Amino acid sequence: MSSEMIDLLLKSFWETCYMVGASTLLATLIGLPLGVILTVTRRDHILPNQPLNTVLGAVVNATRSTPFIILMVAIIPLTRFIVGSSIGTTAAIVPLTISAAPFIARIIESSLLEISPGVIEAAEAMGASPMQIITKVLIPEARHSIVLGVTLAIISLIGYSAMAGTLGGGGLGDLAIRYGYQRFQMDVMVATVVVLIFMVQAMQSLGDWLSKKLNKNKL
Amino acid sequence: MIDLVNVAKTYYSKAGDIKALQPTDLHIRSGEIFGIIGLSGAGKSTLVRCINMLERPSSGQVFVDGQELTKMSEKELRKVRRSIGMIFQHFNLLASRTVYDNIAFPLEIQGLSKSEIAKKVQPLLELVQLEDRADYYPSQLSGGQKQRVGIARALASDPKVLLCDEATSALDPQTTKSILDLLQNINKKLGLTIVLITHQMEVVKAICDRVAVIENGVIVEQGSMVEVFTQPQHPTTKEFTKSVINAELPEIIKKMALSDTYEEGSKLIVRLTFLGDSAGEPIVSGMVKRFDVEVSIIYGNIDQLKDTPFGILIVEVAGEKNNIAAALDYLHARELKTEVIGYEL
Repeated sequence: MSSEMIDLLLKSFWETCYMVGASTLLATLIGLPLGVILTVTRRDHILPNQPLNTVLGAVVNATRSTPFIILMVAIIPLTRFIVGSSIGTTAAIVPLTISAAPFIARIIESSLLEISPGVIEAAEAMGASPMQIITKVLIPEARHSIVLGVTLAIISLIGYSAMAGTLGGGGLGDLAIRYGYQRFQMDVMVATVVVLIFMVQAMQSLGDWLSKKLNKNKL
Repeated sequence: MIDLVNVAKTYYSKAGDIKALQPTDLHIRSGEIFGIIGLSGAGKSTLVRCINMLERPSSGQVFVDGQELTKMSEKELRKVRRSIGMIFQHFNLLASRTVYDNIAFPLEIQGLSKSEIAKKVQPLLELVQLEDRADYYPSQLSGGQKQRVGIARALASDPKVLLCDEATSALDPQTTKSILDLLQNINKKLGLTIVLITHQMEVVKAICDRVAVIENGVIVEQGSMVEVFTQPQHPTTKEFTKSVINAELPEIIKKMALSDTYEEGSKLIVRLTFLGDSAGEPIVSGMVKRFDVEVSIIYGNIDQLKDTPFGILIVEVAGEKNNIAAALDYLHARELKTEVIGYEL
């Protein structure tokens, strides 16, 4: 592989990191409150609100059931409105965020639901407000499980980011398609896949390590 | 300290309404340890949660320390709950916090500064004897230690009332005893009113001043613990007390051929029940010395109801007819319960 190709590979790697990093951050910022609302508005939880729960749940489900490639095309006007263009690495962040946010919301919901009702009741008995229960009980108690969930989201975002590449988003997926597939450069294809495998492995190990560090249930 | 007036709780559901608590009156005095005993599903959990309004009663009024909780908004309730501590069967500690931070939790909620919190947590760690475990996480503690943390946490905001929801049910007998000792200790030391719900008779027997027996959402009997235990009225109470105080006659006496009246050469079988100070009286030697009778003990059981000694003795009295009669009169004149079971031939 020429040094030119290596430069290109490195550039694509950073593009992927940028897309995945930015969309993970944004999707978590949206998904965390969404997941919290989905949890606490349940019938037996601290702020029951059935209509809100049902509507929000439906929106989340609808977004999650739309295939990413279709979502990406469908929201082009929105992307153009936010970023100013529908092509490019930054533009790819919009559909990536929108597809990952409901996923993260569900992951956070299921993490928060693992917390025993007794612990929440104890906090209520001490006079904690719903907001204090969310910030001081629910999220800290579920953090190790949330970290694992976000790791899962990062890994699927790495996969999605490759698809975003096909709409001019750049990144490793784009490189693999344009050089590896369309120009029959097998070495580029292999190198891209190896880098992707390495990224996924690294993220999973990091997530596992951090989650284990935060988990005080088994010491 | 705590007054429940006509408090009832019904859970409404499509499958049918469940009356967890029938209209109930309960008065708990300041500084006492009050036990509520019942089988699972009897409504005791609902009852105790009505006291701090974790369950809003469907009807009736709840007063704690002169304030009517049933009239309050959620916000006002949150403030009042700080003066009502609660501990739980499964401890309900925060797994992600150390022992120290668990005890600090209610204080954090109240917005106290770090130095104020430190000032309160340290003596509590000492009170529950966990000074050397401050930096441990709950998963590194035994059940008894976890409950000690729960108690310290409940005491952090200087409550006037402590609610104990099956606090010892998940613990082994020895640990149960140490937790009960601790509860009794803080009851005396801090003058804390303790409400304790349990299905364990031993717990009530060990520390309660007064007790209420609950069944199917109804309080079927209440009163001083010693009275309820020694003279149970309701069948449920009798069933409960049986495990602790055996009112039934031992097998060996049931098998005896007994007659109701004295016949030549027969021996008197009598059951003596001692309570409180009378337990210290030398009854047996008193009989032997005063009257020419022989006394042998067939069955004996001495127990303690909180601070009150309680004993049952079944004795056989042998001798002349007149002497036996005189001994019986002597027993009747003492401060104890004397029941003639019969005369053995």
